[in-house]
Amino acid sequence: MKFRFTRLLAITAVAASTALTGSLAAAQEQYLPLLSYRVGPYAAGGSGFFGGMIDYFNLVNANGGINGVKLSWEECETEYNASRGVECYERLKSKNGGASVVEPLGTGIAYGILDRVATDKIPMTTLGYGRSDAANGAVFPYVYPLITSYWSQAAGMIKYLGDKAGGMDKLKGKKIVHLYHDSAFGKEPLPVLEAYEKSLGFTLIKIPVPHPGNEQNSQWLQIRQANPDYVILWGWGVMNAVAVKTAARVGFPREKMLGVWWAGSEEDTIPAGDAAKGYSTMTFNTPGNYPVIDDIRKKVYGAGKGNLSDKDRIGSVYHMRGITAGIIWVEAMRNAQAKYGKGKVMTGEQVRWGLENLNIDETRQKALGVLNMFPTIKTSCQDHEGSGATKVQVWDGKAWKAVTPSWVMGDRAMIQKMVAESSAKYAAEKKITAACAAG
Amino acid sequence: MIYREAGQYKTTYLNDSQIFPIAQDRVAVALLLVVAFVAIPLFATPYIFSGILIPFLILALATLGLNILTGYAGQISLGTAAFMAVGAFASYNFMLRVPGMPVLLAFVLGGICAALVGILFGLPSLRIRGFYLAASTLATQFFVVWCLTKVPWFTNNSSSGVITAQQVEILGFKFETPQQKYLLVLAVVAVMALLAKNMVRSTVGRSWMAVRDMDVAAEVIGFRIMKSKLTAFAVSSFYCGVAGALYAFCYLGTVEPEAYNLDLSFRILFMVIIGGLGSILGSFLGAGFIVLLPIFLSVVVHYTGLPNSVTSNLELMVFGALIIFFLIVEPHGLARLWQIGKEKLRLWPFPH
Repeated sequence: MKFRFTRLLAITAVAASTALTGSLAAAQEQYLPLLSYRVGPYAAGGSGFFGGMIDYFNLVNANGGINGVKLSWEECETEYNASRGVECYERLKSKNGGASVVEPLGTGIAYGILDRVATDKIPMTTLGYGRSDAANGAVFPYVYPLITSYWSQAAGMIKYLGDKAGGMDKLKGKKIVHLYHDSAFGKEPLPVLEAYEKSLGFTLIKIPVPHPGNEQNSQWLQIRQANPDYVILWGWGVMNAVAVKTAARVGFPREKMLGVWWAGSEEDTIPAGDAAKGYSTMTFNTPGNYPVIDDIRKKVYGAGKGNLSDKDRIGSVYHMRGITAGIIWVEAMRNAQAKYGKGKVMTGEQVRWGLENLNIDETRQKALGVLNMFPTIKTSCQDHEGSGATKVQVWDGKAWKAVTPSWVMGDRAMIQKMVAESSAKYAAEKKITAACAAG
Repeated sequence: MIYREAGQYKTTYLNDSQIFPIAQDRVAVALLLVVAFVAIPLFATPYIFSGILIPFLILALATLGLNILTGYAGQISLGTAAFMAVGAFASYNFMLRVPGMPVLLAFVLGGICAALVGILFGLPSLRIRGFYLAASTLATQFFVVWCLTKVPWFTNNSSSGVITAQQVEILGFKFETPQQKYLLVLAVVAVMALLAKNMVRSTVGRSWMAVRDMDVAAEVIGFRIMKSKLTAFAVSSFYCGVAGALYAFCYLGTVEPEAYNLDLSFRILFMVIIGGLGSILGSFLGAGFIVLLPIFLSVVVHYTGLPNSVTSNLELMVFGALIIFFLIVEPHGLARLWQIGKEKLRLWPFPH
């Protein structure tokens, strides 16, 4: 008993001292909470994305940090579940001197913490998902649907289909099926598609697929009967591979299918096998290899610090998306440091300023070794999206290849008008006076 | 010794029909309420409030609702989350469309809407039972979530079906901080739990239990089956509806109908099973087990220093193993364990 007690004491002492040194070290570190998910039905996406973020943070640390400020982070498993995500956010937000920016990579969690981030003054990035109208920074100062929102993506899709048909006016009289996951996510693009339906004169056929979407025979029978010119696949998870396989079975050409970017990763096409050949989707990363990925291979995985257990996934769609998110965070902090003091740890408010005044142009991309990996980003208070550009990629049976050489941009003016209207409605409901933050 | 009721004579009818007949229980409940209302708000951090206690209390209320239906009236339901959704979206619409609507009244009205939906979907229970009833309540789950995403009026024409709950304000006092929200949720849950405790031993409650134990026999001795079953559905759905409204207004803030999916229904059913069928205390124990244990495990596992890809999976494995362990040790749930403990304490230190 005595022995046990001393051993316990020794363990406690060691634990206490490590905790102490840990907190001392954290004083010079920029702390980042990661609401990751590595189990459950969406684990493939979560592990790739957060693996990419962590790999990039490790690369930044290996290169000496942001002006000497090292990055530290802590993960919390959300299981892609809104209430677990909120708990994780609450648990991590005030640790190690306070969180400065957050990315939940899940619509439900993003909604759950939408009000909290504004109260806590911690900016939230939602790369390629979440509320499209949050692009209006006057109403949503702490939310950043960066690069492209669902609305911009839907506009980009129609633009691409129009170009493919030989001009936007050529879409008149055509039939487009919107095959969507029957949830908030799948319904988000409807206002944009309906607006285009009116202005361009094509017929929009909306076909919902109930969650999880592992049975789509009746939907594809309906598509077969309608015989549309294009099918937009707005799916997520297992639904995508099933859609591609069912399309192959009913003999619908995959070349006429265009997926959303959550339907465009290796995890969606490899299970579909040969059926996926020729299937194309939207993306905001140009597939390929970049100097930054070589750097990560050499400096991070070479040093045994890589986060992905399967090295073949380095540079895959989700991994690259995570690296992009990592780059944006780091650039925002670098930006904030330039204003509030180099070599200092930034607060949430300061990082928010950094995100709102982001400017990653081609010269900056070249310096980072990511030229053309994602569209150039320039944010402002009115435009928290920063770009709105997308790209189309096609699966050649082994890998994703870019179809469009340049970035595809939908009708920006129309999207911005819709964002303004929708966010004004939100502001009225919540009694928010829309105003841009000073400084 | 400590827990002995010898010498506690009940000399009046009023004494005899108290909710907590044993003096020690009364003291324990009073102490618990004092701790929950006074001590915890003084010492807890915002994380404890909004990350742990608020979801725990809200889910305990929903579990209580399901326990009334499943544990007391013996009707299995897989539509708990749907009733919560009805409560939440109805409260939201009452707040939105009726000017000057007090928020507590909106919660009650939301609960009543859920009760009406519960009665409607409880009708099949008059003809079918057991697994077949479970399948038919599954329809509620899918129908309600589908309906909320389909009809834009429910979500105030939000394109994606997402609602943002209004500010909670009672008599000019705004509930903003996690601490204030916790107190509001606690007050609602405490009152409703007490009401439930009282209800299950009333005529209504006893008619539920008679129907649960054998409905033909209950009918023979004069209980009206239709009334008993439908009141069980109504009361249960009312509790779930209020829990759903609290979930939206005091916990998440911005909600999509998808937040009330089948997963949540199953989780609440597990809470009832783990906590103990037909026990008010069991509802709280079960909710505590399913809500708090994963959080506790994730914190503990985190300190092992293993990579996150391993810890996330480890967490789930340990959790699953613990559920199986508890069900083998005590198939009647945690409430039964507590009851056994109580029996032992009564005899201690002289067990026969």
